[in-house]
Amino acid sequence: MAKLIISVDGQVLDEVELVKERTTIGRKPHNDVRIENLAVSGEHAAIVTILNDSFLEDLGSTNGTTVNGHPIKKHFLQNNDVVEIGKYKLKYINEKASQAGSGDFEKTMILRPAGGATSTSTATSTRIGDPTATRPGGLSSDPTATAPAPLPTLAPGRSIGSPGGLPTTVTGSSGLPPLPVGVTSAQPLPAAPQPAAIQILTGPSAGKELDLVKNLTTLGKPGVQVAVITKRPHGFFITHVEGANYPSVNGLPLDAQPRRLNDHDIIELAGVKMEFFHKPG
Amino acid sequence: MSDPAMIDLSSALTMATATDPGMVRSHNEDSLAAEPQIGLAVLADGMGGYNAGEVASGIAVALIREEVRKALAHPEPPGQDTASGVTRAERILREQSTNANASIFQSAQTQPQYAGMGTTLVAALFSDNRITVAHIGDSRLYRLRGDSFEQITRDHSLLQEQIDSGMISKEDARHSMNKNLVTRALGVDPDVETEVHSYEVLPRDTYLLCSDGLSDMIPEAEIHSTLETLKANLQLAADQLVQTANDYGGRDNISVVLIHVNDQFAAETGWVSRFMSWLK
Repeated sequence: MAKLIISVDGQVLDEVELVKERTTIGRKPHNDVRIENLAVSGEHAAIVTILNDSFLEDLGSTNGTTVNGHPIKKHFLQNNDVVEIGKYKLKYINEKASQAGSGDFEKTMILRPAGGATSTSTATSTRIGDPTATRPGGLSSDPTATAPAPLPTLAPGRSIGSPGGLPTTVTGSSGLPPLPVGVTSAQPLPAAPQPAAIQILTGPSAGKELDLVKNLTTLGKPGVQVAVITKRPHGFFITHVEGANYPSVNGLPLDAQPRRLNDHDIIELAGVKMEFFHKPG
Repeated sequence: MSDPAMIDLSSALTMATATDPGMVRSHNEDSLAAEPQIGLAVLADGMGGYNAGEVASGIAVALIREEVRKALAHPEPPGQDTASGVTRAERILREQSTNANASIFQSAQTQPQYAGMGTTLVAALFSDNRITVAHIGDSRLYRLRGDSFEQITRDHSLLQEQIDSGMISKEDARHSMNKNLVTRALGVDPDVETEVHSYEVLPRDTYLLCSDGLSDMIPEAEIHSTLETLKANLQLAADQLVQTANDYGGRDNISVVLIHVNDQFAAETGWVSRFMSWLK
């Protein structure tokens, strides 16, 4: 179950579990998470939760919503994301993500249509009062303001945050620059070994150096003799790919298995000698 | 095994397989088969408690392999049935997926230790210069043709539905916590809807069948570059893909079937196609 930890000035005010399919955040009393602060719009933002994923959407609020410092309209929440609304911080915690190391995680399961994204509609209404914060600035209406764009539909029969009856007027001041939402690198990259390179010792290219930066570096001529050097977390390995002759390392021909390369190993391939060496990391 | 009436595709197709439990799981619930002679590749990713997952995927693969072999042994034109517009390969794969579904479902119903088991399926049948692919769940078929590497099947999963509806981008999908939820599986209901399509095959195409233990762990661009670099040695490419998935964490079972198309394989049924292949 994902949750939000709500804090202001480093003081934790509340913790809200995202049990509903749609959790609304705003100043008005009917919101699931109510923040009584004038900098917060009546209906400020909503979080749509589908099983283990949650999506945050700004509902055209006056002062905007940021995630990790970037203004957003719509954002796919990741574990430990910090949502900021006014001076309130809402930290998103997804326990499923923090358990990612355990074995049962990611076990494929069948999702039956009937047992799908049903969510209990127990209304966990949260109220956060901050009577000291009066902030009238930025609430003046602006006639040039545009209405909030219709939001994309989620799935047949369901929609994300239909902006029905938005009471707030969108002001010019909320026109924040549309910064791209920062998407971090897709995969936790495997640990990298100490950098290494190959130096050609003989033939027309003698003296040339080749940094082994890619995970797979091929050597040789396709159709004649090819070997591949694979970069793995614990080192570099050479394997024969094609050709009648196998390359040799320190005078010993390879077999079908990968061979680990050590500092200053001499590789011989298609009559060319080259040296493998580690570079200072 | 060799039947004189059957076409032997083993010179037109090279196949290689690799499967591994990964770095986290204690046993392997994936099953696979590669039969270049009859042009069949099957891969299944089982699910269910104890060892029920490998029972389900094992039944699916064994049954489809045997029944497809039997069905192909019947002398029958491989082309389109004019009445239905369905090719023989399409009909065979659909029928055998349905049979496998019934067989797994029945075992699950009658043996308490197998209750609730199921499996994904991706099966490719090569015939008459075409590939017919049947799939259920999130095991995939990819194709490398020239410089383009494409996912041919579309997962039957919650995440794919979210991508289709525009709710989540393909890039963001890699972070999703809902990756493991399939919306269709073999053996969990009395009936199953198998998705079956056929595509033209070109010489030098390389096809990849894989379980989600591969496609969830390795970025697509890296699968592409591995195939590109190592396709001259198909077994090495298969082993390298499994090893890379393990280097990325190997959180699930990893299975790979690779098929390289060396040559055309037109069915020699009528004088027209015989004449055409003679011209080539």
